[in-house]
Amino acid sequence: MTPRPPPATRREWSLRSRAVRGMLYQVIAIGLIVLAGWFLAHNTLENMRVRGIQSGFDFLGQPAGFDIGETLMPYESSDPYWKAFAVGVLNTLRVAIIGIILTTLLGTLLGVGRFSRNAIVRGLCYGYVETFRNVPILLQLLLWYLLLTEALPDAGSPLSAFGIAFLSKGGLSLPAPVWAAGHGWGLLGALAGAAGAWWYAGRARRLFEATGKPRAVLLPAIGFIVAGALVGWAAGGAPTEWRVPVSGETSVTGGAEVTPEFIAVLVGLVLYTSSFVAEVVRAGIQSVPRGQVEAANAIGLQRGHTMRLVILPQALRVIIPPITNQYLNLTKNSSLAVAIGYPDVVSISNTAINQTGRAVECIAIIMAVYLFTSLSTSGFMNWYNNRSAIKER
Amino acid sequence: MAADTFQPIAPRTAPVRTEGLVPWIRTNLFGDPMSAVTTVVLAALFLYALPGLANWLVFKAVWATNPETCQAARGVGACWGVVVEKFRIIIFGRYPFEQQWRPEIATLAMVALLIVSCIRTFWRPWLVLLWIGVMLLFFGLMSGGRFLGIDTGLEAVSTDRWGGLPLTIMLATLSIVFAFPIAVLVALGRRSKLPAIKTFCVIYVELIRGVPLISVLFMASFMFPLFMPPGVSIDVLLRVLVGITLFAAAYMAEIVRGGLQAIPKGQQEAADTLGLTYWQTQRKIILPQALALVVPGIMNNFISIFKDTSLVTIVSLYELTGAMGLALNSDADWRPFKIEAYLFIAAIYFCFCFAMSRYSLWIEKRLNRSTTR
Amino acid sequence: MIRHSAKTLCAIAAALAGIAAAPAAHAGKTIDAIKARGQLACGVNTGLAGFSAADSQGNWSGLDVDICKAIAAALLGDANKVKWVPLNAQQRFTALQSGEVDILSRNTTWTLTRDASLGMNFTNTTYYDGQGFMVPAKGKIKSAKQLKGATVCVQSGTTTEKNLTDFSRANKLDIKPVVFEKLEAATGAYFAGRCQAYTTDASGLASTRNKEAKVPADHLILPELISKEPLGPAVRRGDDEFFAIAKWVVFALIEAEEYGITQANVDQMKTSTDPVVGRILGTGEDTGKLLGLDKEWAARAIKAVGNYGDIFERNVGPKSALGLPRGVNNLWNKGGIMYAPPVR
Repeated sequence: MTPRPPPATRREWSLRSRAVRGMLYQVIAIGLIVLAGWFLAHNTLENMRVRGIQSGFDFLGQPAGFDIGETLMPYESSDPYWKAFAVGVLNTLRVAIIGIILTTLLGTLLGVGRFSRNAIVRGLCYGYVETFRNVPILLQLLLWYLLLTEALPDAGSPLSAFGIAFLSKGGLSLPAPVWAAGHGWGLLGALAGAAGAWWYAGRARRLFEATGKPRAVLLPAIGFIVAGALVGWAAGGAPTEWRVPVSGETSVTGGAEVTPEFIAVLVGLVLYTSSFVAEVVRAGIQSVPRGQVEAANAIGLQRGHTMRLVILPQALRVIIPPITNQYLNLTKNSSLAVAIGYPDVVSISNTAINQTGRAVECIAIIMAVYLFTSLSTSGFMNWYNNRSAIKER
Repeated sequence: MAADTFQPIAPRTAPVRTEGLVPWIRTNLFGDPMSAVTTVVLAALFLYALPGLANWLVFKAVWATNPETCQAARGVGACWGVVVEKFRIIIFGRYPFEQQWRPEIATLAMVALLIVSCIRTFWRPWLVLLWIGVMLLFFGLMSGGRFLGIDTGLEAVSTDRWGGLPLTIMLATLSIVFAFPIAVLVALGRRSKLPAIKTFCVIYVELIRGVPLISVLFMASFMFPLFMPPGVSIDVLLRVLVGITLFAAAYMAEIVRGGLQAIPKGQQEAADTLGLTYWQTQRKIILPQALALVVPGIMNNFISIFKDTSLVTIVSLYELTGAMGLALNSDADWRPFKIEAYLFIAAIYFCFCFAMSRYSLWIEKRLNRSTTR
Repeated sequence: MIRHSAKTLCAIAAALAGIAAAPAAHAGKTIDAIKARGQLACGVNTGLAGFSAADSQGNWSGLDVDICKAIAAALLGDANKVKWVPLNAQQRFTALQSGEVDILSRNTTWTLTRDASLGMNFTNTTYYDGQGFMVPAKGKIKSAKQLKGATVCVQSGTTTEKNLTDFSRANKLDIKPVVFEKLEAATGAYFAGRCQAYTTDASGLASTRNKEAKVPADHLILPELISKEPLGPAVRRGDDEFFAIAKWVVFALIEAEEYGITQANVDQMKTSTDPVVGRILGTGEDTGKLLGLDKEWAARAIKAVGNYGDIFERNVGPKSALGLPRGVNNLWNKGGIMYAPPVR
């Protein structure tokens, strides 16, 4: 007797099935979101039509008509709006990149200082962290700006160092080389020197692992970079012209100028964020098992070497995700520069909104800029995180 | 047998003391040469700077509310007279002068509520009722007039007059309270297997976390009115509150998600074995454990939001920082003493935030007592 | 469970709606909205002495404030039925566009861009101004042409930035602007000495110098005016009736000064036999009917705040704290350019 074929499977479209309920929830959710989106978009378009507000990104090609106080690239008020935005983005990146580097240095020093053998150093680091962490960043920025503009002397009678550097309410003026082709060659030479230093460091490590004899790495690396820079500079014609600031009657002219706004933003952001970075570094160091320190002591490593060769590399795993967060916070907090007159991208966008009325477009541009910066920073840190992950068996 | 008297041997020298003040100083301040040098240098710096600083802060400071005396003591003593003089405007903003007892009582009630909510013995169901009651009291006292249909008999004060410390505390508390359910839903949605919901939650969190709070506030204050149907106008305070709530919810969703990830998979599997539905599992098994884990994280978020309320000064709501600007900018006599006023506000923020961070450490230790060995 | 969450969502939404003040109005009908609200929502400055500033009790005064009071008196019958909404330079246009305020009386300059592309209509010019500079008196700068390479503090989001740039380019001065978000930050930076000059409308300079400088005589307002700044109120596009009312209230105030009707003598003037005065005050023809108001509209406005001359003298005139001369803001037949079309 042949066995009966199995009964056909019946699809049960009942609400008791989790798959069916899931599909239903998703359909409802998508429906609600689309409805909400349509509602908002419809209202916005209706409002803009009724008020006669124009929309579109075509304003980016029109001349901006306003000057910007400090720019990294040449900019005239007849340049289009997109160039003004580009200047703003460069200003933001300038604060962010220098801020991140300084914060990492200061934060690491403070974090390591919490483990110092000297009680005063420990107490100072703890006090610093608690003080700067618990006061809002806006307040700190305003305080620093106030100190800089009140305590420094007038632009007409600045403090001077060796007669070539001046500090006043108008900012810091330093002598700077006049940019020529030779300096560009010098930079290329420095990059080549850095590549050479990288190769040399790799070679030194390979020799160490083969023979056991450690080679000095730091000084030769610096030597490579400096030599490369000098060779490039000489090849480019050895330009030696400098722009030296001169103290005039009402202001200091010439030289490279750093405005008090930039200094206030940088100092405020670095001091605030480094207190958080110090806590992150401290947590990272504490996460390294005590046995590692004891083993390092057992083989006779000095304290500095223990910290540098044993603890910090292992602590990096725990440090990197939260420190990424802090870098992103620093970049986003730089938007507060708008309150003290530093022309970052938010400040320029505000001016653009007022002159063109295109609030939606300009705010969309700002959000896109910050989103792009955040995503690329976290992408880079994720790559670095994966690279420094401990490769286990 | 000769009865020799016991001749004790000479006592050995005592070992080096390791407890006590002098040994402590020896190890911690003069442990090695580098440490000793650091101690000497830092102590010298302190002795150089401390008397001047102490004089400026306390001993030679001027407490009288007289700008001339303050001006005369410029550089020598701090002018705390500016704080005494402008205290009311800084703390209460532009609230009408005679009615300032109302925000005073409202703020004290709110702060008392927060303190009560922190104490573990009060974590009972009736706490929710207490919260609702104090919120109604707060808004009723602050706005007055006709509140929710009842005539309170108090003079009506519109929301653009609210300011100072009550505004700061109200914005911080309300945004965290409203952000909490949103954050839990978004965190659950991010871990869900339904792709549409997961995508939406991911986009929301990454979008909001990628932009600064100031652009969210600008968006709320500029673009919100455009999003509403023509003719409907939303109170500016409500707009700012919604902006901060959405911002806080995105950060809190990540914190709650971290807590959810820390629950072992076995809990979910055991719940499935028992036949609990998704929502029953979440409500009875997963969320109670996860939320207990993330209480310190939520406290940290609360501290950041409390500090971030200072940003609403840029959209012209006069909370603590803005109220200080308001108090001093139009008064040329007192304007030179902005630094003292700033220090006063910084001290207020410091007290609140430091207390909250100490509490967070304490509660973390309490909650982890079951797991510490 | 879906029902549960829906219920909670509805409860939260209702609670939020309870806090919000949401006057639902018919789209475009500003007058209906104002009457339903019982108040004229007037957008003013956060604090510019002489134009719109509040004292510590919350009472508003100033030239722009008086204009709003006059319109409220004409439209609603009571000059105090005004909701004052302080706006900073960035929020002012969106506040008007979105309906948060009915009229923007906030020393706003009438320009083509604002009239054409921001969805608003300017009603009239209530103060003809120009942009100027303020410098410390004991400095070397005595003329705007000497500002070569100078740092100038300016507030963002105003016509001031653009005018400064145009002036700098036209005269090859290479001026470096320091742009602040908030007015207080800009003036604070100037008085702290960060910038060598501060620029805004000349009336704003006088107001700031008077209110915020320790010793007003220590600061000099340079003689050059580098731009034309006609300041006046603005309303939303699309509502011609409200536009007409707002416009004609101000014209009535200017006409009243021409014909000698002041705040003090309104009642007396009602008995005048001059037909022009009769048309203004409603004792002759009823001009209010054509605007949708009653016949006493102008009389109420003048009684509440006085004629244009009274308003000027009280707030910004030579005897006031600002001490500005009448100058071009005088009547057309007294050497100025204030010329109101006839109320007839």
